Amino acid sequence: MTYTDWLRADRLPHIYCAGCGNGTVINCTLNAVVQAGLKKEETVFVSGIGCSSRAPGYIVTDSLHTTHGRALAFATGIKMANPALSVIVFTGDGDLAAIGGNHFIHACRRNIDLTVVCMNNMIYGMTGGQGSPTTPRMALSTTTPYGSAEPAFDLCELAIAAGANYVSRWTSYHVKELTRAILAGLRTPGLSFIEAMVQCPTNFGRRNRYRQPLDQVEYFKAHGMLVEKVRRMQEEGREIPPDTIVLGELARRNRPAMGVKP
Amino acid sequence: MQGNVACAEGALAAGCSFFAGYPITPSTEIAEHMAARLPKKGGVFIQMEDELASIAAVIGAAWTGARAMTATSGPGFSLMMENIGFAAMTETPCVIVNIQRGGPSTGQPTMSAQADMMQCRFGSHGDYSIIALSPASVQEMYELSAEAFNLADRFRVPVFLMADEIIGHLRERIEIPDSVPKTERKPLPPGELPFHPGDDLVPGFPRFGAGHGVHVTGLTHDERGYPCATNPRVHEELVRRLVEKVESKRHEIADYRVTNPDAELVFVTYGSPARSVEQVLHDNPEKTIGHLRFRIVWPFPENALREFPNARAFLVPEQNLGQMAREIERHTTVPVIRLPRFGGALHTPEELVAALEALA
Repeated sequence: MTYTDWLRADRLPHIYCAGCGNGTVINCTLNAVVQAGLKKEETVFVSGIGCSSRAPGYIVTDSLHTTHGRALAFATGIKMANPALSVIVFTGDGDLAAIGGNHFIHACRRNIDLTVVCMNNMIYGMTGGQGSPTTPRMALSTTTPYGSAEPAFDLCELAIAAGANYVSRWTSYHVKELTRAILAGLRTPGLSFIEAMVQCPTNFGRRNRYRQPLDQVEYFKAHGMLVEKVRRMQEEGREIPPDTIVLGELARRNRPAMGVKP
Repeated sequence: MQGNVACAEGALAAGCSFFAGYPITPSTEIAEHMAARLPKKGGVFIQMEDELASIAAVIGAAWTGARAMTATSGPGFSLMMENIGFAAMTETPCVIVNIQRGGPSTGQPTMSAQADMMQCRFGSHGDYSIIALSPASVQEMYELSAEAFNLADRFRVPVFLMADEIIGHLRERIEIPDSVPKTERKPLPPGELPFHPGDDLVPGFPRFGAGHGVHVTGLTHDERGYPCATNPRVHEELVRRLVEKVESKRHEIADYRVTNPDAELVFVTYGSPARSVEQVLHDNPEKTIGHLRFRIVWPFPENALREFPNARAFLVPEQNLGQMAREIERHTTVPVIRLPRFGGALHTPEELVAALEALA
C-alpha cells in the first residue's frame, strides 16, 4: 500500500494554489500513516477551517471538517468516545493558535491521544492573506500593510509548555524528516504535535519578497537549524542567528495521557 | 429527586454514553451527576474548557455512534450557537439541555427564565430546523430527556431540552420506569450515498469507524458529502430538506396536553408557568378554563390551538416578554393575551385569575 491509496481520487484536483506547501504535508502525513500500518476504517481525520483544513476532504477515511478553531475539541469527542480510532488533526496557524488557542493548550494539557499536524504558513491564506499569530514581526500582510507590529507565537513552545507528549518542527523542505516525525507522533501515546512550516506563495511569499514558491522553501532550508545544534551553541555561549527556525524533535516524554488506544 | 438529576437519569436510561460540559449555574447538577454516574456505566464524562468545546466534543462523539449530550444555561448556550448550526448542517444527532436563567448577558444566574426560546429555534446563522422540548415537572425532566435522544436519532437534528431554573431545581417524587422507549438511529444502507435522504428526508447514519469512509463538512455538500459550496441548486435543495425533514412532520412530532377543550378562555403554557395554571384550574373545578400545555414547542404544532374551538382568548404566561406568544399569534385569529413575568419569580395563581377576570 502507498499513500495514494489513501487519497479520495474523485475529489481531485485539490483547491491548493500552485506552489503551495500543504500538499507536501498531506503527502508526508499519508506516508507516515502507511508506514505506521494504520487501517483506513479505524482512522479519522479532523480539521477546522482554512487551507490546511481542506485536507481531510481529499482522504478516503471518515473525516470531519468542522468549525474554525474547534477541530481539537471535536477530535477530543471522537477519541474519548471511541479510543480504538486513530485520530489525526490537520490545522493551520490561524485555526490552531488564534481562534482555537484555548482548545490547543487544553488538548495538550489533557495529553489526549491525537496526532496534530499544523501547516504553519504564517498567514490566513484562505481569506486572502491577513496576519496571523505566527506572522513574523515586520512581515507584510493585508492587515499588516506597514509590517506586523505583533510578536509571533512559537507553536512548539506552546505545545511543550501545555504538556504535549511529543513535539516536533520541520518544514516543507524536509520531507523525509517531517514524515519520520509524523510517524513518531503516531506511535507516541498522548498528544503529538508536529509543526510543518509551509510556503504560501500566493498570500505570504508574494508580499514578502519570495518571488518564486521555491524561494521560501530555500529560506526554510537556509534558516533551519537542528535543535541539537541550537542547544550546543547555547551551551557554548554562541549567539543564535536571528530568524533561526529550530528544527527537530523538541519534546518526547511520557506524561499521563487520555484516550489511548486499548 | 431534583429536576436536573432527573434530566441526567433520563438521559442515562436512554443510553446516553457521552457527556461533555462546562460548569454554569443553574445547570451544573446535570454535569455533576453525569460525572458521578457515567464512568460506572462504561460511558465518558469530560469537562471541557468552554461551551464551544463542549458541544464540539458532543458532536464528535455522536459521529462515533454514541448518544451524546451537553447541558448549559444562557451564556454557555450563546457560545454554542455556531456549532449547533454545524450539527444542523451535518445532521448530527445530539441533545442540548438549557436550564434557562435570566438574561441578556450574565443576567440572573440563579433565577428562572424562558427567554431563550427564540434563540434555540433561530440562534445559529442560516436556515435550518430543530426540535425543542419543554418539561413542566421533574417527572417530565426524566421522560423528555430520554425522548430527546429518540427525536435526535430519528430526525438527525440537534434536540433541545428547554427547561427553566424552577423545573431544574425543583424537587419532586417521580416514578422511574423499568425502561424507556428507544428509537434506533437508521443505519446507512449498503451502497447508498452518505447524504442521500430516504423517503422521510433523513439520510441513514454512517457512523465513524464502520468503514463508510464518509466526509462530513459544514460546507454546503452534495449527497456524497462533498463540498459544493458555489452551486445554488445544491444549496437550496440541502437547506430546504434540512428544514422540511422536521417541519413536514411537525404534527407527528407534536406533544401537548389539553384540559377543558370547550373553554372560552384558554391558557397556553410550557415549562414552569404551567404549574401556576394548574393551580388556577384546581381552584376552579367548573371546567370553564382551558389549558393547552406544550411538551414540544419546536417545531410549533399550530394544530394544537384548534383543540379549543370555543376559544375567545389565548392567555400566554411566559417568563419572557412574549416569545412563544408571538408564535401563537402567527397561527390564530383568536386574541392572544401576553402575560410576561420575569425577574425570576413564577406567575402567582392570583395574577392569572386577575388576567381571566379582566376578560370576563
